[in-house]
Amino acid sequence: MRRLLRYLRGYVKESILAPLFKMLEASFELIVPLVTAQIIDVGIREQDAPFIWKMCLVMVALGVVGLACSLTAQYFSAKAAMGFSTALRKDLFAHISSLSYQELDVIGTPALITRITSDVNQAQTGVNLVLRLFLRSPFIVAGALIMAFTIDVPTALIFLAAVPLISFVIYLIMHWTVPIYQDVQKMLDQVSRLTRENHVGARVVRAFGRQPEEIEDFQQANREFTRIQMSAGRISALLNPATYVIMNLSIVAILWVGGRQVDMGRLTQGEVTALVNYMTQILLALLALANLIVAVTKAAASGTRLNEVFATSASLKDEAEQEIQTVSSDSRVTFSNVSFSYAHSSAPALSDISFSAKKGEVIGIIGGTGSGKSTLVNLIPRFYDASSGTVEVDGHPVGRYPLQQLRNKIGVVPQRAVLFQGTIQENMRWGKEDASKEEIYQALDTAQAREFVEKKEGKLEAKVSQGGRNLSGGQRQRLTIARALVRSPEILILDDSASALDYATDAALRRSLSEQSKKNGQEMTVFLVSQRAASIKQADQILVLDEGRLVGAGTHKELLERCPIYKEICLSQLSEKEVSAV
Amino acid sequence: MKKKKDAIQKDTVRRLLVYLRPYALQIIAMLLCAAVTVGFTLYAPVLIGQGVDQIAGADQVNFDRLWQILLYLTATVAVTALAQWLMNLLTNQVTYHVVEDIRSQAFVHLEQVPIGYVDQNQPGDILSRIVTDVGQFSDGLLMGFTQLFTGVASILGTIGFMISINGKIALLVILLTPVSLFVASFIASRTFHMFQVQSEKRADMTSLVEELVGNQRVVQAFSYEERGMKRFDQVNEELRVWGIKALFFSAITNPSTRFVNGLVYTGVSILGAFIVIGGGMSVGQLISFLNYANQYTKPFNEISGVITELENALACARRIFDFLETPAEEPDAPDAQVLQEADGSVDLERVSFSYVPQTPLLQDITIRVKPGQRIAVVGPTGCGKTTLINLLMRFYDVDKGEIRISGRPVKQLTRDSLRRNFGMVLQETWLKSGTIAENIAYGKPDASRQEIEQAARQAYAHGFIQRMKDGYDTWIAEDGENISQGQKQLLCIARVMLMRPPMLILDEATSSIDTRTEVRVQQAFEKLMQGRTSFVVAHRLSTIQTADRILVMKDGNIIEQGTHEELLAMDGFYSQLYQSQFAHL
Repeated sequence: MRRLLRYLRGYVKESILAPLFKMLEASFELIVPLVTAQIIDVGIREQDAPFIWKMCLVMVALGVVGLACSLTAQYFSAKAAMGFSTALRKDLFAHISSLSYQELDVIGTPALITRITSDVNQAQTGVNLVLRLFLRSPFIVAGALIMAFTIDVPTALIFLAAVPLISFVIYLIMHWTVPIYQDVQKMLDQVSRLTRENHVGARVVRAFGRQPEEIEDFQQANREFTRIQMSAGRISALLNPATYVIMNLSIVAILWVGGRQVDMGRLTQGEVTALVNYMTQILLALLALANLIVAVTKAAASGTRLNEVFATSASLKDEAEQEIQTVSSDSRVTFSNVSFSYAHSSAPALSDISFSAKKGEVIGIIGGTGSGKSTLVNLIPRFYDASSGTVEVDGHPVGRYPLQQLRNKIGVVPQRAVLFQGTIQENMRWGKEDASKEEIYQALDTAQAREFVEKKEGKLEAKVSQGGRNLSGGQRQRLTIARALVRSPEILILDDSASALDYATDAALRRSLSEQSKKNGQEMTVFLVSQRAASIKQADQILVLDEGRLVGAGTHKELLERCPIYKEICLSQLSEKEVSAV
Repeated sequence: MKKKKDAIQKDTVRRLLVYLRPYALQIIAMLLCAAVTVGFTLYAPVLIGQGVDQIAGADQVNFDRLWQILLYLTATVAVTALAQWLMNLLTNQVTYHVVEDIRSQAFVHLEQVPIGYVDQNQPGDILSRIVTDVGQFSDGLLMGFTQLFTGVASILGTIGFMISINGKIALLVILLTPVSLFVASFIASRTFHMFQVQSEKRADMTSLVEELVGNQRVVQAFSYEERGMKRFDQVNEELRVWGIKALFFSAITNPSTRFVNGLVYTGVSILGAFIVIGGGMSVGQLISFLNYANQYTKPFNEISGVITELENALACARRIFDFLETPAEEPDAPDAQVLQEADGSVDLERVSFSYVPQTPLLQDITIRVKPGQRIAVVGPTGCGKTTLINLLMRFYDVDKGEIRISGRPVKQLTRDSLRRNFGMVLQETWLKSGTIAENIAYGKPDASRQEIEQAARQAYAHGFIQRMKDGYDTWIAEDGENISQGQKQLLCIARVMLMRPPMLILDEATSSIDTRTEVRVQQAFEKLMQGRTSFVVAHRLSTIQTADRILVMKDGNIIEQGTHEELLAMDGFYSQLYQSQFAHL
């Protein structure tokens, strides 16, 4: 928790003044019963009209000052709480940007989104409430107690019994209900899951005629949900009546004990009234405190989750400061005895991989799911560091480059075609901030995307909705390919990124990429990861992976003769004729 | 505009009453308890005032009378607490049971709406109706309703008690009431705007975060971190500025109304004090009055909040009712027959169909399939291959023409029995969260473990299942992360294998399946298809070439049909497709 509190650092003044003013307001509130007592004991008893007017002026003054204090406190606490969450959010965002793929895999990006949105908001609410109320309620309770003792000790002893009793009842009820509410949440999750499942799987449920059983399952969960809610409700239903009874019995006691004190002349009528008022104030303050505790507990849970994220530090260090001058050589990417294991996984994802890719070559990578294809290409832009062995780009180990220099050489087209809200042009400029229209169109040409972009209203200015949902899967994939091409990368990595394209478009794309890569002056090296043998058949070099091992490297023809796994893959997907035709 | 809104709300309330009717008794009892609670709560200050009157000063205390009053007070408190407790219990009972009823009915309805409705709506949308909306509606409506009722009762009760004690002061309090209301509504209207802007800014923040954090890998791949930070800072700062305003303005409501309340209190003090001096009232009565003045405006503040909550609850209720009132699937004909074991013949007789009338899809299609034949469906992506599946399984009904299974029109069969005669394996594999065994036995819940294992063996799934931690009892989570896409498909095949249906609908995978597993899936498909009529959405040449008939689809319509050789000879779209996809790779 302490770690998060430093985001209040810029708001020290506000964080101190807000509770202070709140307490000031509370103390004015504590004076009011005394003023009322004075009106009764002095004003009315002695029929002193000017005194009554004076006291009422005091009351109005107390109200005005109280209002001013309260508004000041609210303003300071709003400022501090928002400042806190803004700083926290910024720092968290920056921290997330610094994490490497390894950590992103472990935490998961959906969790990170929740952290930076709802958890930060929850923490902000917590700070705001604490600043405003956490001191106020105990202060009112303590203040009212002290006031009671200054008025009359024997009567005030009733307070000493009532306050712990009320607190204990509130504690007990919360202690019983909180765990039940956790069960309620779990049951609600189950009800949600069943609903979602039956929506997504509607076809299968109906195909098997299982509606009656599904309904029965749901109703069972639903009934259970109601049952748990009822049992929590039964206990919560006690809170208000129980505390009300304790408070009013205390008032009865105050009147009785107070009556005896008055009879003996130790107490006045007005003072007894003041004591009754203090009792009421205490109950309200304690109930507010109970609500506050619930809110703060939630905020603290969010705080813990946030701290977990901050505690995760990037495993991959960007330490190189000097840009590397590369000399022109023939080879572009070289793997020497590279092995790699993911965190929390004992089996290596890649073991002992060595190969070399030359400038202008197209490298095909094929193998089953989990064979390590994506892992292999992810080592080139240093999304992960190899566990052993070296990965070299242009003759230098990737670790020697500043990350930005390395990644600027490379265009990556990820498996999942992700586009961002904005225009097509803005999306294209992700690859290169200052790309000209000409450069963009050229990239679209190569990616087979120009035709459909030009058909769009507004062309490059056409809107892309969040995640690119207003485009088809194939269109999205072609745009992500173009986005990577805009920066004229020296290395282009396509990680199974043409799966949504039909065969004809896929073939055209490969033709134009291969033309691009052979162009003079650029000599782009293309890594083509695919499940389709047809897509990589014509590559200059094909790498065949099986369970993290490189089991074959060479051209289609060579591999057909030498590599049984490659042959098996080809034969499972293509006809004999297709396999032999090059 | 307002009238229309009122009419909709009235309609919603009317529909709502239907759900409340079974609980009429409880609701009446609840209102009774609420009335008792309010009445006795308001009576307590009177007694306290009378008690104070008995202790006027030294040697002036009337202990006998005080004792009696305190007994009354204790009894009053006991009754109040009891009534309040009962009211809480009844409210809970009614609320939770109404929620259960509506939720259950909504779920039943979900199982009955046409697939078309399911297709058109996001899972999140219906989920939020059945789960979130129902919850909010019950909280808002029933809790809100009790609050509203007790609030109004408190106000009326307080006025009544005040008038009974002293008319002049009561008049003063009533005259000052509008000030309090005015302040509250003035602040509320200002705050509303701030909140609107704040929630816009918050939405901006959320969508930016969803994009940049959700796709952090892409951000890093393109070294977009700094540019992203710049955009984030801008949105973050805007959110800060508007957040302070919204937070501050919302926080001033309470102090401000408390201040106005203080003014009322002061007014009562002055006027009351003078009346007491004039002998028109006792000190105790003044104290009762001050007590009332203290709590009198509270219900007003609550009521304005409750009304927004009620409106919100009604909006939620309307969304649920809208869902409940979407027409369900047309029920089976009353004389519909159960299709026991189909012989495997399928006939489409001059069938026309479209999802929306403006864009016709299938037009006047006739297909005759003999038992045991294999039909391949081919065409470019998005050509409408699923339409055919939808019609065969009767997820949708044809517009014109007729589909016959075993020579009997599908409309004369029960949907359940028709569907049970088809085995369906789609590319989007759906498994229920549950164990592997439960999933394989999905169509036949009473299958023995032996039958399940046998089906798994035939689907080439036994091997990998055995290697899993708990074998057949391994739990598959909702997201199915512990099992690969290909393995899921094998389980779906095993699921169908267990049923041994006479007809099959299969969807071959295009990609993203592990190549080795794919071989197994292929073998499993082969085994499954033996001796069964099968429709295969085909992507691989071998399947297509060996099919008894190929249906060539384009833009939602079947444009050619025949065998591979026949179609090539026709030199039409199929031949073109074949040339571009398979011949020159």
